[in-house]
Formats: sequence, C-alpha cells, structure tokens
Amino acid sequence: MPAERAMLNIALGRFEGKSRKVAQSSLVYCLLVALGFLFAMPLVWLVSTSLKSNEQVGMWPPVWVPYPFVWENYFVAWTSGRFGLYFFNTAFITVLATFGQLLTASMAAFGFARLRFPGREVLFAVLLATMMLPFVVTMIPTFILFKNLGWLDSFRPLIVPYYFGGGAFFIFLLRQFFKTLPTELFEQATIDGASNYRIYYQILLPLSKPALSTVAIFGFLHHWNDFLAPLIYLNSPEKFTLALGLQQFIQRTEVRYQEMMAMALLMTIPVLMVFFFFQQYFIRGVVMSGIKG
Amino acid sequence: MSQEAIPATDSRTTAELPAKPRSVWASPIRRREARDGIVFILPWFLGLLIFILGPFVAGFYYSLTEYDSLLPANWLGVENYRRILFDDDRFWLTVYNTVWYVCAAVVPQVVLGLLLAVLLNQKARGITVFRTVFFMPSIVPIVASVSLFIFILHDRFGLLNETLYQVFGIVGPNWLTSPDWSKPSLVLWSLWGIGGGMIIYLAGLQGIPQTLYEAAAIDGAGALRCFWKITIPLISPTILFVVIMGIIGSFQIFTPVFLLGSANYGLAAAGPMDSLLFWVVYIYNQGFFYFRMGYASAIAWLLFMLLVVLTLIQFRLAGRWVYYEDEAAIR
Repeated sequence: MPAERAMLNIALGRFEGKSRKVAQSSLVYCLLVALGFLFAMPLVWLVSTSLKSNEQVGMWPPVWVPYPFVWENYFVAWTSGRFGLYFFNTAFITVLATFGQLLTASMAAFGFARLRFPGREVLFAVLLATMMLPFVVTMIPTFILFKNLGWLDSFRPLIVPYYFGGGAFFIFLLRQFFKTLPTELFEQATIDGASNYRIYYQILLPLSKPALSTVAIFGFLHHWNDFLAPLIYLNSPEKFTLALGLQQFIQRTEVRYQEMMAMALLMTIPVLMVFFFFQQYFIRGVVMSGIKG
Repeated sequence: MSQEAIPATDSRTTAELPAKPRSVWASPIRRREARDGIVFILPWFLGLLIFILGPFVAGFYYSLTEYDSLLPANWLGVENYRRILFDDDRFWLTVYNTVWYVCAAVVPQVVLGLLLAVLLNQKARGITVFRTVFFMPSIVPIVASVSLFIFILHDRFGLLNETLYQVFGIVGPNWLTSPDWSKPSLVLWSLWGIGGGMIIYLAGLQGIPQTLYEAAAIDGAGALRCFWKITIPLISPTILFVVIMGIIGSFQIFTPVFLLGSANYGLAAAGPMDSLLFWVVYIYNQGFFYFRMGYASAIAWLLFMLLVVLTLIQFRLAGRWVYYEDEAAIR
C-alpha cells in the first residue's frame, strides 16, 4: 500500500509539478529581479552621479545616464583632495601589512598543523579564544602602547602588529588547510633530509596557494577599507589613507556630491576588481568564516 | 589531531620497556621538531603577549584609574564603573541607541538573509548573476558606501526623498538630521550589506543533501513544510553563527555610525541630539577626544562583559533549537 501511495505521489507530482514549477520559478524570477534592482541601484547611482555636471546632480526626473560624461569630476577631486598621495599611502600600508600577515600567519599555522611541541593544544585553544575577543577591549591600551613607543602619526601602528601572527582567524584558516595536505609528503621530505624551514618554504607554501590567496584577499580588503585605525593613529594630512581622505569629503560643509561619488568609486574599484578576478577564493573565505571551530 | 598527540607506536614501545617510560621529548628528532615548532609560532606568540594579552590586562587596570595618557595613572578603584552606571546619563543613552540598532539590524540580517539565500539557492538560469548583485554591496568599502548613502538620503535632493515625493507624493523624513530617523537610516544602510550573511547561509544550504527534499516530496510534503522541517533544522548551526556574529558585530559598530553622526555635526558629535551615540562611538569620544582613557576603558570593559554574557546565554539557549547532525548520528 505505501509503495503504491508513493508511486501515485510521484505521478501526481510529475503531472502537477510541471505547471506548478513554471509558476513557482517565474515568481522567484520576479522577486529576484525586483530585489536585484533595489540592491544594484545605489551602485548604479554612484557611477552615474560621479559623471554628472553640477546641474544634473539634483535633477528630477533622475538622470541615470549623464550627458555629457563629466570626467573632470575625477580630475578635480583627485587633485583637490590629494587623492594621489592617499592612494599611495593606502597601497603602501596594505601591501606591507598583508605581506606580514601572510608570512607570520602561515608560519604559526604550520607550527600548529604539522609540528609537535609541548603545550601545542593549550596554545591552540588560546588562539581560538582570542578570535572571540572584541577589539574594543584592546583598542585603548594598544593606542597607549604605541604612544609610549613614539609611533603615533606614523604608519608603524598600522603595519607592525601584522608581523606578529596576522590574526587568529587567518592562522586557523591556514591550519585547517595545511592539515588537509598529505602527511607522506612531509615525511618523505624529512627522510630526504629537508629541514622544517625548507619544508615550509619549498613544499608547504607552494602547495597552499589557494588558502594563501584567500588570506591575501581578506588582508587586502581589511587594510584597504580600514577606517578606525588610521583615524586613531594618523594626524598629519599627508599621511592620510583613502578612507580618511573620503571622510574629509563627508565633513566638508560645501559638498560637491559628484566629486565625492567619484572618489568613493575610485576607492571601490580595486575591491571590485579583486572580487571579480578572485571570486572563488573570495567566496571560500566568507564561507570558511562560517564554519565552526 | 588526536592520533598525532598520542602516537600509537610510542605507547607500544613504552609498554614493552620494564623501566620508567622516557619522555617523548627526549628523542633528538622530536626535540628538534619541538624547537622548530616553537620558532614557527614565535611571532604569533609574541603578538599574543604584546598586542592581545598585555593590552587586555592593561585595559582592565586603566579602567580602574583616571588616566589622560600624559600624567601617570591615578588609582580610582571601581569609581569609573560607579560613575558610568549611576551618574552618566549619556552612557544610558548610548546603551539605548546601541540596543535599538542591534535589535533593528540583526533580525533582518538573520531572517531576510536566510530568505534571500533560499531564493538564490534555486537552480535557475542566471542565478550566479543575481548572487553577485546581492553580494557586491557587502564588500564596498564602508566609507564609500556611507558617502553614497549620505547622498541618497539627503533631505532635499537625495534620490530616496525625491522619489517618495515625486512618485508617491510623500514628503520624506529628514533621514540624517532628525533624531527619530538617524537610526533607521543606519538600518537601511546595513540592509544593503545583507549579502555577506546571505553567502554564509548559501554555503550552509548547499550542504543539505538534495535527497532529503526528494524523499520529502515523494511523501507529499509541500515547499513550506520542507522549509520548516528540513531546511531550518539542518541550517540551524549556521543561523546560530550568523546570530552570534551579528550581535557581536552590531554592538561594536563604529565606522558608519561615526561617519553619519559626524557628517553635519563635527567630530565630537554623534548625530542629531546624540541619536547616533553608540557604544564604540562613546568610547572613541571619551578616549580619543577628551583623553579620558581610564573612563573609556571602563566603558569598553562593560561592553566586553556584556558580550561575554550574551554569547554564553546564546550558546546555552542553542541546545534547545540548534540541531547538530553528528550528535544525532551518535544517538
């Protein structure tokens, strides 16, 4: 009886299913298109405003495709806001800090994944615990530490800490990846007389490009977008990053929105480029952050 | 992991030896491995001491003192905490504002994020394009997206109010300059970035075996029933993760609040009538604007303690609604 019932269900399901499925999927499409339009609109507006003349900015009906394209907005904002300098500063900090993260996080991850030493499990538990620590608790004492070192208003507070492990989450992520590599590889290398340093450099790192790319992308995003740390540590305008430069635009009383949007877009473009070129590593990273320890 | 910690061969050899078992660390190979291991984790370990544990302890010490970062710290005991909790009205306004935002932002993050992920989990043509469209806003640099929203939410010629007025004949609120609307503006901004949580859900959804849905369909279960009885239980660990991270993150939100709050009001301000005075903004104000490092540290520690309590409560409650598959398999 139950088998017949199931067969009947399948048959009915097939029969009903077709038209129902079409209705369902067209409903889903309508929803997706409507929502997608809402989500895409601000970005389209950003691009379009950045190319408008002053008169077109506040116009009704809204001008979606400005005519003519006012490329001068980019030029004026870039020079008046010293964005060339900010761009360089931000790139400098981002590259050096991300490199530090890649180096020291992969080192620590190698230690935790492959080498046995006394206290390893305890230290790893401590590492996991620090992932849960809110940054606000350490923010003020860290500031005081750098103040006492005389490092305020320099790039050092934004770079040097990343040469000390590079973040618990990244160490965790890399360790999980290193653990998936076949043990035989390492054993064979050891038998052949390779030291652990050589194994790290010549076997582990070349094999871990996907995981390292994920770390690099997230490091890049963090340093490129970071606002709070530059706000706290940098005072001289010639040391500002893009985030601080853009904030100055926001603070102005006389805002020229088309220029503000132009600079906001310039700051966003590298991020979007990284996203499109390295999408797979990108999504993997977001998803990894969702996997429980 | 466990098989490495206690190598089986070692226990066998020690069992054969009548004498006291030698420590595994006595072998020169293992000693070298241990030494290398320590060298490899050393940068992290020093960072742990210098940039995490040190500041963590120091912060608690500062919270018990009066300290302006120039003169030596002056011991106060619990005075800072007493003053914050009993004499500081702005602190309670901070708590109100922050909790308001956490409630208003985390619920849509969790619920709408999941619904969006379910929508985007369909096998439909062009679905990856939609996924990209929804995910992209969440990676736009915060300063850039806030600039954009300041423009869109402009009282007079912002796109939103213009549309409301011209299309629907509604005079829109002063989003950023009215104390009643500044927090909803922030929620609007956070909704735009909902794609981050959506991607995490999507990964969870794709881990659910398709056979479960097929079996349920054969048994005659409808789409809604499948959602409640299959999707929700199997994705509950992900929901818990999004809830916990959402709450911790929203309590600590700084950059967008600070940018919106200071846009028209100067750096020390927090939006119209302090309506954007949030927890970390208040810490920033006290610590880096008025240089009350001790007082600011105490406010930070209060937030830390609150987050610890909230997280523990959630893990405790999680036992009632979160379903772990491996656990079920053991039973």
